[in-house]
Parts: sequence; structure tokens; C-alpha cells
Amino acid sequence: MEIVVLLKQVPATESFVGIADDKVSVKTDDVKWVINPYDEFAVEEALRIKEAHGGSVTIVSVGRDKTAEAVRTALAMGADKGILIKDTISEKYDGLGIARILAAVLKDIPYDLIIAGQRAVDDDNFLVGTAVAEFLNIPNISLVIKEEIIDGRIRCHRTIEGGTVVIESSLPALITTQRGLNEPRYASLPGIMKAKRKPLDVKTLADIGLDVGQFETSGMHIVSLKFPPERKSGRIIEGESAQVKVSELLRALREEAKVI
Amino acid sequence: MSKGVLAITEQLDGVFRKVTYEALSEGRRIADQLGCDLTAVVLGSNVEIIAAELGKYGADRIIAADNPILDEYLTDTYTNVISDIIASENPAVIILGASMQGKDLSARLAARLNVSLAMDCVVIRIEDEKLIATRPIYGGKILADIAMDTKPVILAVRPNSMGITETDCAGDIEKYDANIGQTNLKFIEKTLDTTKIELTEADMVVSGGRGMGGADFSVLEELAEMFGGAVGASRSAVDEGWRPHADQVGQTGKVVSPNLYIACGISGAIQHLAGMSSSKIIVAVNKDPEAPIFLKADYGIVGDLFEIVPLITEEIRKIK
Repeated sequence: MEIVVLLKQVPATESFVGIADDKVSVKTDDVKWVINPYDEFAVEEALRIKEAHGGSVTIVSVGRDKTAEAVRTALAMGADKGILIKDTISEKYDGLGIARILAAVLKDIPYDLIIAGQRAVDDDNFLVGTAVAEFLNIPNISLVIKEEIIDGRIRCHRTIEGGTVVIESSLPALITTQRGLNEPRYASLPGIMKAKRKPLDVKTLADIGLDVGQFETSGMHIVSLKFPPERKSGRIIEGESAQVKVSELLRALREEAKVI
Repeated sequence: MSKGVLAITEQLDGVFRKVTYEALSEGRRIADQLGCDLTAVVLGSNVEIIAAELGKYGADRIIAADNPILDEYLTDTYTNVISDIIASENPAVIILGASMQGKDLSARLAARLNVSLAMDCVVIRIEDEKLIATRPIYGGKILADIAMDTKPVILAVRPNSMGITETDCAGDIEKYDANIGQTNLKFIEKTLDTTKIELTEADMVVSGGRGMGGADFSVLEELAEMFGGAVGASRSAVDEGWRPHADQVGQTGKVVSPNLYIACGISGAIQHLAGMSSSKIIVAVNKDPEAPIFLKADYGIVGDLFEIVPLITEEIRKIK
């Protein structure tokens, strides 16, 4: 089973992300960079499938020099090799642009299953994985919390509002991860040592036959970024007893806030 | 020339999702601004009967693709049929709800049509004949205004972000003979808890955090039931195994924007705040007066949630 994991490096969710002076990009100088949490589930699931069915796990990512750290971390978790498409302005591409780059990489490597995060926790697009499947003309199942591979097919439990749906697909296919799929392992010290010797191919867009300029002009662009309106801290309801406090809260919700 | 607004509706077992009415209402507003028609698309089995009600939410026309094969949503069958409809209708704007199904479908459609998609938009406006969509990024820590140039564009609206407006429109139903096309997916089964109100669509959410001290969330469930609301949880409560993953509110869980959000025993980590800051009114109940959640709450009560929450439930019971 040849498994490919699509991976993005993102600011850790505990990071404060600022808005740059140009008002259309974010300031990420002081953030801690990590593997997108949903892609971590993807790496873990790929490793478990490999452990059960054999084969190999390849990590594919688009990013800058520093993105290599995230790919190395996935290799330290147990993946076999990495491919990094290095591009200094990839942050400017929209989701479809990134998906086209990933699809171009995948055209040249074997795969039975592709696993991607349902979304990256930076741009929250929910787009790239599904778009890669479309560009490769293979089926996709998103938001998967459980999968089983039986007789060359994959059966997935996909989350929907208020429940789950079980869907089966032929292979090759692409699935996206949902929280609950697994508990990602930590990279062990021997794993980290081994990862240093694992192959990591760093390529440019030109190396995979793409024109550098073709992604710069896309159909959408950010015109401005702003912080959501700051919530002012309200008031702490004081009172002699819990009952008094609750009565005052209910009065406030009814008469001031008008939500009940 | 592209023209018109096409709203893709979503129904589950014959009932439209609330976000479908929100998308239709917003679609009506955009159609009025552009001076064009709003057409609703309904896919499913025996949907012609329910399709009629869409006129009430602003649809001038309703295209009903009634086919037993479309009974259950599958990414490829729905994408095939809807892209055919888009090819013949040639709309300028496609709008749908960013539910879990809507997210999957809109992403695949955007790739197939090679057009821009604004996922989870909370505000849509037209400026100099250009569509600008506002959408949260970084889990709601930042709002991005996105200009969209392709024809058509796809707008997936975040549940609970846009109001529902009833406008009586003709709502003429046209039967559509769908060509299902190639499919590699097979529906096996579905498990639904219909008694639960979906977190992202609930008008009221009460969430518990580490302060719950265990898996017994019954005090919150009773309060939620009194409001007809939903129960959520912080990441730490989910990590402890007290609540299912589907209940997690926050940057790596669900983003909610109810009218009333009550945070119980939740300290207020930045990731949790990102998931609930767009709620209209926030109430916090916490033992620790220094908990950061109080800085974001409209009303705070310092105290034991196991004492306070049942009292709130009792007071609400009295009002009702």
C-alpha cells in the first residue's frame, strides 16, 4: 500500500498571529511552527495502515525552507520519505493553486491512498485535499473518524451534523481527517535520529514542470485583514448568595441582553 | 453572460437544514442587489413535495432533481449533477451552507469548475460590482475580506451567521432529469442522533471545561434542554474523554455563534475563545475570579458551577 500524506506547516494554535503593516498579510515572525494538527492525524493514520498492510508512507508539502522541519518531524514519527516543493511565495496562492501543485507532484509518484487534513488551522479553507482528489480524478471522502481497508477498497466513517455516515470507495482514493480518528504518536529519539538519514527531496515548481508565475494571479485575493471586534469584559454579577446572583443574571439576560 | 444566483439547498431525510434557509435568504439579498433571479436547487429522493416551501425564502424558481440514487449525499454524484445544472444555468453566484456536506461539495465543485470559493463566509457585500466575502481565518482570530473575480463564484455561508428572511416568491418548480454520471462511492449506512441539536446551528450553547471534574455533564444537559440548546465542551474536557470529539468548541473543533453562550468551568484558552467569540452574549461561570474567560464574557458569575447552573435551570423553568 503506497500512502501519501499531504502536509502543511502552520502556526501553533496557541500563537498570537498579528496583522502586518500591509493589512493583507499576517505577521508570523514570533510564532511557533508546527505540523497542522489535522495533518498529524493523517500521518498517524498512514503509519497505522502501513503497519497493518505494509507499503510506504510519503510526505508531500509545499512551503519555504523552514517547512522542511515539519516534514522531518513526520519522518521522525515513522514516514519513509518526504517531498518538499519549495516556493517562497506559496502563502500568496489560493487553495486551488496549492492543490494544483500537489496534484502535479502526485502525477509522478505511485499512490493507493492519499490522506490529508480536513483543513489547515491557519486559512481554514477546507479545500485543498478535496481539490487534489478532483484534479487527480479520484474519489474523496472527507471528515473521516474511522477507516478500514478490505479487499482493495476503503470503508470510512464520515462525520455529519449529529451523526456518522459509512461510505465505501474504490482505491486509489483521498480521505481527509477528522478529530477522533486517532491519537498521533510522538517522534521517538531513535526516530528523530533515523529521520536525519531519510530521503527528503526538495524541488522547485520548475522541477515539477510548473510555471512559477501561473499561480500568482488567481481568482481571489485578500483585500484586507482585521481583528474581530474586541469583546469588552462585561460585569461580574455580585450578590450575597448564589440565588441572588442567578436572579440578577436572568434579569440582565432578559432586560438588557434580550436573549431570553 | 453569467447571470443569476443559484442556491444549493441541503435536506436530510426530507427536512431542510437551517443553514439552507440562511443561504437562500442571503442569496435573495444578493440577487436583489444584482437585479437578477434566485434559483434554488434541490437534490434527493421524493424532494418535489418539500421543494415547494423554498419560495417562502425567496426562490423565484426551484430546480428539483428527484432521483432515488440521490437519496443519500455522495460527493461525486452530487458534484456531477450540480455541475451539469451550473453549466446550463450559467449563474454568476453560487451560494450554499457551509455544513459538513456543504464544505465537501463546495470544495469539489470549486475544483471542477476552477472557480473561487469563499468558505465559511460570515458577511457578503458587493462593492464596485465586485463580490467581497468576509471569512474568519486562524480559527476566528482574524477576519479576512476576500475579493472574488471568477465567474461564477461559490459562497459557502457559515451556519448561524446570516439571518433568515421570509419573502414570498413564486417558487415555480421545474423537474430536472439528472444524469448521475460516474461514481466510485457507495453509501453503506447512516447513524443519526436526531434528539441532539447541532452545535453550530443552536441558538443557545452551554459548554463545560476542566471545572466539570468528570464525565457527568447532566447539569449542563438539563440547562440546554430548557433552552432547546446544545451542549459543547472545551478541548481539555474532550481530551479527558468526558465528551465526544464532535462536541469540542474551539480552533481545532467547532466554531459556534449562538445568541447565548454559557461557559461553565472553562478558563478561556485562546483556542477556545476563537471558537465562541462571535456569540452574541457570553456568560461565564467559574470558581476562579482570575479566569481569562471573564475578560470576554458579558456577564460573569464567580462560583461553583454545580450550584449556579441548576439555579439558572430552575429560574428558566419558572419563566417558561
